Amino acid sequence: MKPFEPEIVAFCCHYCAYTAADMAGSMRIGYPPNVKIIKAPCSGKIDAIHIMKALEKGADGVYVAGCLEGDCHFKNGNNNAARRVKYLQKLLDEIGVGGERIAMITMSAGMGGRFAETAAEFTEKIRKLGPNPAKTAAGEKLEKAIA
Amino acid sequence: MKTESVLEKVLTSGELAVTSECGPPRGSDADKVREKAEMLRGYVDAVNVTDNQTAMVRMSSSAACIIIKQMGIDPILQMVTRDRNRLAMQSDILGCYAHGINTMLCLSGDHPHFGDHPMAANVYDLDSIQFIQAVRKMREEGKFQGGSEIDKPPKMFIGAAANPFADPFELRVARLAKKVKAGVDFIQTQCIYNIDKFETWMNGVRERKLHEKVAILAGITPMKTVGMARYMKNRVPGMDVPDEVVKRMGGVSKEKQPEEGVKIAIETIERLKNVEGVRGFHIMAIEWEQKTPEIVERAGLYPRPKF
Amino acid sequence: MITAERKPMQEIIDYVSPFNRILLVGCNECVTVCAAGGRKEVGLLASALQMSFMQRGKALDIQEITLERQCDPEYVEQLVNYVDRYDAVLSMACGCGVQEVARRYKTKPVFPALNTKFMGASEHQGIWAERCQGCGDCVLGVTGGICPIARCSKRIMNGPCGGSTKGKCEINPDIECAWQLIWDRLKMLGLEDRYEEIMEAKDWRTSRDGGPRRIVREDLAS
Repeated sequence: MKPFEPEIVAFCCHYCAYTAADMAGSMRIGYPPNVKIIKAPCSGKIDAIHIMKALEKGADGVYVAGCLEGDCHFKNGNNNAARRVKYLQKLLDEIGVGGERIAMITMSAGMGGRFAETAAEFTEKIRKLGPNPAKTAAGEKLEKAIA
Repeated sequence: MKTESVLEKVLTSGELAVTSECGPPRGSDADKVREKAEMLRGYVDAVNVTDNQTAMVRMSSSAACIIIKQMGIDPILQMVTRDRNRLAMQSDILGCYAHGINTMLCLSGDHPHFGDHPMAANVYDLDSIQFIQAVRKMREEGKFQGGSEIDKPPKMFIGAAANPFADPFELRVARLAKKVKAGVDFIQTQCIYNIDKFETWMNGVRERKLHEKVAILAGITPMKTVGMARYMKNRVPGMDVPDEVVKRMGGVSKEKQPEEGVKIAIETIERLKNVEGVRGFHIMAIEWEQKTPEIVERAGLYPRPKF
Repeated sequence: MITAERKPMQEIIDYVSPFNRILLVGCNECVTVCAAGGRKEVGLLASALQMSFMQRGKALDIQEITLERQCDPEYVEQLVNYVDRYDAVLSMACGCGVQEVARRYKTKPVFPALNTKFMGASEHQGIWAERCQGCGDCVLGVTGGICPIARCSKRIMNGPCGGSTKGKCEINPDIECAWQLIWDRLKMLGLEDRYEEIMEAKDWRTSRDGGPRRIVREDLAS
């Protein structure tokens, strides 16, 4: 069996995390290829349904990366995003997927190092948790059907 | 005289009245009621019998009242509007009156939230003021709250509670005025520790001459320990315990605290005897009923007048 | 508005577990405004249910639809094109909407996904509080615009009781004492005298106590 490689979706704010990812690249700081970046105009633009759909479609972990406290370009989009993540964590706990599969992370545009570090940490955390249970069971069933 | 109530007779005679309290047991043992009431025999004019106090299920006030009445002691039937609608309350009044109970206290009662059945429906068909009106109507007009005639109407001497210390303070006299308007005969107050504030309230009561229309019995609860003083200060809503009182209780050794509590109670009674409009005392020795006779004696309220 | 909250997921999952095809119906009215059962919440619940079922290796066929008003037969009728294709309906409307769907589609199991809470107003973003109990005989005109029936824990008509402390209710410091609010407002209106008028025992027949209520407007009823 293939070793488990988690698939991570990172919703990154254009004003901070997305630029930080760029910075990591130009500084030649590597981060796990598991992390798939989706650029957003603001972390507050990420709706609950975006996170849910990412998990439903097979992501093992999802995080929202926004600006540092007090630094949101749109005043409080990052706080709204953090509250939404917290709300969804409870919902994911309730349905057995587990709230720890999602996270809110903050950084500034200049923190290329932090971007790489948090991407690696989150990937390791999800690796330890194992595959998204929703995906696994559905996949097994599919495999059986094919067999 | 409006009723056969001994309490009314004492108050009419001009003597200071003394009432106390008996909480029915959390079970069906009638002897427990008798024991508590027996301790008070001869020392008080009437004994309040609480109605599921603090929203905990206890033997019904009406049943415990009947037991006490059969002992030859006068009970005061407490009734809260929390647990029963107007049909049930009026029928209980008829039943109790049939057993010779002629004095009662109309209360709204603690919210079920505080008790052992927080999941219970919260009735409050009437509030305490509307309840006073209803009992008054039964007595004066011989009619039920709903309007139909009563065959042999119950003549209840009607009491209510007043808390001079709750917020907003500026409404405390006005709310008493509403109870007087509704037809209350006597008032038992919340336990008094802040005598200055009580006197301020009494000034307001006298300004409006309410003390001429209603007999006010001052509430007295002796404190057993400094812990109890602190608990009442911090945890009991609508209770006003000044820091000096807590300090005084804490200023003596643990063994001497009960005696200090009794002393404070007696001093309070002595001081309130001189307040115009205070017509007696309601001594609630919570879980300490055996102390009531001593307090009555030491406060110079013994022997009680005979009627 | 009528406010509601989503039921615990386990309860919803238990309702729909026996079925494979679910019609999940939201409502565009009150429950949208209180963020309990509008289009957005329908989407979230569908996704959550999908993941819950996937974990048990079960594929759920779930159709999302949000009606303009679930308490109105005219809109409930719109489900007629879908309902036959599904085993059960899961409604994210208030209790009125759930019942309307159940009444129209008598042979289809209908389940509530929400707990209907109260008639209230929005105090702040994300916070709703009870304001009205629908007693059928409004007293707001004499209580300074604050309802003692809905907002006093003991629904006392001649308050405040002895448990009012610093403007808060004795049962919970998050609850404002309705009678403190009434008194403050009467003062602002210069109507202090009104406080001493006794509010007579209420006739609860106009409330739920008189049995389920109906309104008939003869000029409109056909």
